[in-house]
Parts: sequence; C-alpha cells; structure tokens
Amino acid sequence: MTQPTSLIASDRARPEFDMHDEDRHAIEHEMSHYENPRAASIGALKIVQKRHGWVPDGAIYAISDILGIPSSDVEGVATFYSLIFRQPVGRHVILLCDSMTCYIDGYEAVKEALARQLGIQMGQTTEDGRFTLLPVCCLGNCDKGPAMMVDEDIHGPVTPDNVMQLLETYS
Amino acid sequence: MSTRPFASFGTINAMPRAEETHPLTWRLRDDGAMVALDEYRDKHGYEGAKNALDMKGDDISELVKDAGLKGRGGAGFPAGVKWSLTAKGEEMPRGYVVCNADEMEPNTYKDRMLMEQMPHLLIEGMIISALANNAFRGYIFLRGEYHDAAASIERALAEAREAGILGTSVLGSEFDFDIFLHTGAGRYICGEETALINSLEGRRANPRSKPPFPGQSGAWGKPTVVNNVETLCNAPPILYHGKAWYLGLALEGSDDGGTKLFGFTGQIKNPGLWELPLGTTAREIFEDYAQGMKDGYRLKAWQPGGAGTGFLLPEHLSAQMCSNGIADVGTRMGTGLSLAVDHTVNMVSLLRNMEEFFARESCGWCTPCRDGLPWTVKLLRSLERGEGEQGDIEILEELTGKLGPGKTFCAHAPGAVEPLASAIQYFRDEFEQGISHPRRAAHAEPIPVGSI
Ligand SMILES: Cc1cc2nc3c(=O)[nH]c(=O)nc-3n(C[C@H](O)[C@H](O)[C@H](O)COP(=O)(O)O)c2cc1C
Ligand code: SF4
Ligand code: FES
Repeated sequence: MTQPTSLIASDRARPEFDMHDEDRHAIEHEMSHYENPRAASIGALKIVQKRHGWVPDGAIYAISDILGIPSSDVEGVATFYSLIFRQPVGRHVILLCDSMTCYIDGYEAVKEALARQLGIQMGQTTEDGRFTLLPVCCLGNCDKGPAMMVDEDIHGPVTPDNVMQLLETYS
Repeated sequence: MSTRPFASFGTINAMPRAEETHPLTWRLRDDGAMVALDEYRDKHGYEGAKNALDMKGDDISELVKDAGLKGRGGAGFPAGVKWSLTAKGEEMPRGYVVCNADEMEPNTYKDRMLMEQMPHLLIEGMIISALANNAFRGYIFLRGEYHDAAASIERALAEAREAGILGTSVLGSEFDFDIFLHTGAGRYICGEETALINSLEGRRANPRSKPPFPGQSGAWGKPTVVNNVETLCNAPPILYHGKAWYLGLALEGSDDGGTKLFGFTGQIKNPGLWELPLGTTAREIFEDYAQGMKDGYRLKAWQPGGAGTGFLLPEHLSAQMCSNGIADVGTRMGTGLSLAVDHTVNMVSLLRNMEEFFARESCGWCTPCRDGLPWTVKLLRSLERGEGEQGDIEILEELTGKLGPGKTFCAHAPGAVEPLASAIQYFRDEFEQGISHPRRAAHAEPIPVGSI
C-alpha cells in the first residue's frame, strides 16, 4: 500500500477530525468488498456524511489515511459526486427532480412555491438550518411526478399546494 | 428492512399475469412488497440457475443469444453476444459481472420496481451471467437515491448467502460466486458502463476509452461484463423455459425476443408500468394501458424511451415497440418507457430543460460535449425568451451534428442532441417563433460555461 501523501495542503495544518470508531470499522468493512481499498472512497465519504450531515475537511485526510490513497484523490472524488456535501447542509435535504417528465408535470411551480415559502433558492439552506434545497436527476418516480425526495423518503405527485404540508413532518 | 408495500408503479401489481406470459412480473405480490426467498423458490425461483450450473459457459451465452435477449439499459446490444466476447479461458483471471442499477435516465422507473420487489430474480440472473462469463464476483451498482431498493437487495443477498445460493458453493455446486451492493453518490454519467467501472473503483466517473472493452479489461483490469437490471432479470426465465418459448413471447415483426417493461407518463389518464410482449405497438400501450390523454389535453409528440431518444409524432404511435420497430421511424427504443408531450408544452422550453440536464450532467472530459451543450442551453434560453437571432436554429442544427455519434468520447453527447435534432425537425416553427433579431445582433456576451 502506498503511503498517504497530502497533495492539497501539504504545508497547512490538517484540520482536526475525530473519526468515530464505528465509522472506521464500517469503512474497513467496505474495503473488504473490493480488490483495492480505493474503491471504498465513495462509501467512506457516505459513512462520514451520514454521521455529520456533510464531509468536513478533516474527514478527507482521515479517509485518505484509512484507504492509503492521496487526500487529493479523496477530495477529487468528494467534489465530483453531487450527493457528497463538502459544506454544511440543513437537517433535512430536499432533492427536487428537475428532469423532463417532472418538468412537464409542473416542477417549476413546485420549485417556485418552495423557494417562496422557505425563502431559499436551489443550493441554499434555510436560515433555521432545517432544509437544504437541491435539484436532482429523475428520481425514478416519473409516473407520479413532480417527484421530490426528502432525506430517504420519496414523494409524488408534489404540488404547490401540498408541498409545505409534506415538509411539516420533517422537524 | 423494507417490508412496506410500494405503491409507485401504477397497476403493475394488479394486472392479470401468468408464468407463461409474464416472466418478469408473474411473481409480484398484490401488495407490492418484496418477494422474499421462500416465496421466490416456491415459484420456481433459482431453477434457471440450476439448469445453468449443468451447462458450459459458452452454451449459456449461445442460448441467451439465440433467445434474442437485447440489452434493456438503452443501447439494445444483444446480451448473449456480449457474453460470448468476454475474455475467458485457462490463462485469464476470473472477472466480474456488474449490474448497472444506476437508473437515472429521465422517465425511467423500471429497474427500481424490479429491485424493490424482485431482488432474487436479479441475483439469479447475475449467477447465470457469472457462469456464462466465468466471473468470481458480482457488484450491483445502485444509484444512491434508491434507498428502498437497497434495503430489498441487502435483505435478498443475506437470504441467498444464508441459503447457500451465494458463496463458496453456489446451490451445492463447485462454483463459487458472491455479490456485493455498491451504492453511488449521484451523477448521471455513472450509468455509462466504463464511467461506472471507474466509479466502482472509487474514481471520478469519467468514461474510459474503448478499446479495450470491459469484457477484455474492465474493473481492476479484469474481464468485466456490465448489464442492466432488466436484462439480467430475463436470464432466469430463458434458462428455465428455453429459447423457443422466449422468442415466442415477442410479437411478429419484432427482432427482439421476450417481454419488456413498458411505461407511459405525462398528462395521461393512467401513467404506469406494464410487462408486455416486445413488438406491442406504442398505440396499444398509449391507448389501452395508459388510457390516452387526460381530458383537455391533446397529444403533440412522444418520446419512446428516455431523454436520449428522439421525439416522434402521434402518427408514429403505430410503430412496434422493439429495436427494429422504433428504428423504422427514425430513433431508438431506449429504455422503453415513453413520455407523452401534450399541446400545452412548448418544445423550445422542454428542450431547454432537457439540455440543461445534459449540460449539467456532462462529465466535462471532452470539449465538444463540455462546451457544446452549454452553448445549446444558451441558444435555447434566448429562443425561449423570444430573443433569438437569425441563424440560431442553424447553429443548433450544426451542433446536433458536431455532438453526434462518433464525435465525442462517450454516448452522452449523442444522446443529448438526438431529442434536439428531432424537435427541430418536427417543430421548427416553434423554434422560429423565438427569433426576433437579425443575425449577430443578440448574443453579444460570451458563452457562459459552468453556469448551468
Ligand atoms: C450517459 C449514459 C448513461 C447511461 N445510464 C445507464 C443507466 O442508468 N442504466 C443502464 O442500465 N444503462 C445506462 N447506460 C447504458 C450503459 O452504458 C450500457 O450500455 C448498459 O449498462 C449495458 O447493459 P445492457 O446491455 O444490459 O443494456 C448509459 C449510457 C450512457 C451513455
Ligand atoms: S461525451 Fe460528455 S459525458 Fe461523455 S466523456 Fe465526453 S464530456 Fe464526458
Ligand atoms: S423525471 Fe422526475 S422522477 Fe423521473
């Protein structure tokens, strides 16, 4: 295994990060599923994100240490994938499908209703830290569009009239 | 653990269906819950894999080829042919079978149903593929948002390992094979099979150059076969009932064997998903199953199978849904789940939405796609606002050529321009209505890149 080399911020101090034991074990378990530990990088980022809500800088280094790959590679992966968050998000993440079927079914009206009621645009988090609103590709719920995912729950058809009521259960 | 009923697939759980005619859906429960191992086995589950264990790998590929099974992930490549081309033999290391469960093609929701409700059918299909391709391990590459499907698959994998169906001696044989679930973290491009392999290896999902094809050198340099969920789910019934039966499922005129999960969405009365013979006409699906347009809506155009397929007119509904049937009317069947575009939808606005999607999801690797797609978005946005200039449509047409098949590193850009080319072909007047300026009078500012 190659020694971890930090190519991003080699001279800077590494931000503190306490990898939870359980998470470390979960990452090591993931690694055992592949020929090469690098393959667990996306899984590792998801494990960290599940606990913290997002992936802080320090976690990038911690993951690179566990996997034995450069931290720049971990960062490269973290910034490529849209469901890995490199900045804090709200307690609940709203993924609103903006693909064509939902577009035909009225996605734009839902987006406007959400923006108005939550006071945020796509990519933003509400002031109280409750919701982050993000666009997503087709959620595979097109027969019930417009579709929306909140955390791990799929909803549809979502309308400007029912969307706020749907969100009420997420405190 | 996922035991709650899934109510998201129209009436698929309520349709009359039988083993002889509905190989993919006959076992579905009325309540839409996952078909667990006991029930699956009671209904001839894993019998196809048992037959495959008694066969030579090449004979399995041959059988699947003769049965006329074409890939269901969008490209329609014959599955048996792909399997026969995988590098195998004494001197080759055993490789991988990878299930493409990244389902992100807009308007596609078929693999999700199969994985949530029929995960054992997929596992059995992967065992058969592993036998044909001499693979030692399988991965199910599942998109990260499919949480219910992940729960069903994890449960089914645990059941299968426990029952000796996966592991060191598959179904009591000397064949060893296991499957792991790999969940993704977004990005449409992961569904392109070589990008998927990069992503599986823990890299950014940029496609790889071909050759070498994955069947020669794929995941970690080993022979790797990538197949769609629905493709793999067709292998068990072929192995159990044989090729003549499978070929006979499709209607006359279809070059493809078997049945297919078809769908229709949009402003129609009964959006849903149905298992029907390949070669069923689009009109029958649209009128009899989807029950036509909602009151007050007229059908203006339709798209046979996902964002990357071309638009067709209502008169084309007479086409048979199968690869040759849709090729005859000038596009591809794609994923086979169709979208109705109603008379209230402006084609320029719809294409603007679609090209925003394709531009955002470009992996950025090659220039025509990375720069060309944002350009189409810019032109479509100005046409949508009625601020286009003379020559814009011609530029769009030129771009559909320059981003077409063979001009880019992968099929993402060709898929992006196929609907655009057909929309201009059939609805040119709507594009023309967006032009209000003479040539070179409107677009003073440079093309924005990265603001999609
Ligand atoms: C941009 C792009 C996205 C794709 N997405 C998917 C997908 O989500 N699921 C899928 O099965 N195939 C997808 N494909 C097709 C795959 O590259 C490949 O053809 C397919 O997985 C092969 O399986 P099959 O022969 O069983 O259809 C995509 C292709 C491209 C170019
Ligand atoms: S065509 Fe687009 S998605 Fe495919 S490799 Fe090129 S830039 Fe990436
Ligand atoms: S297009 Fe929105 S869920 Fe499929």
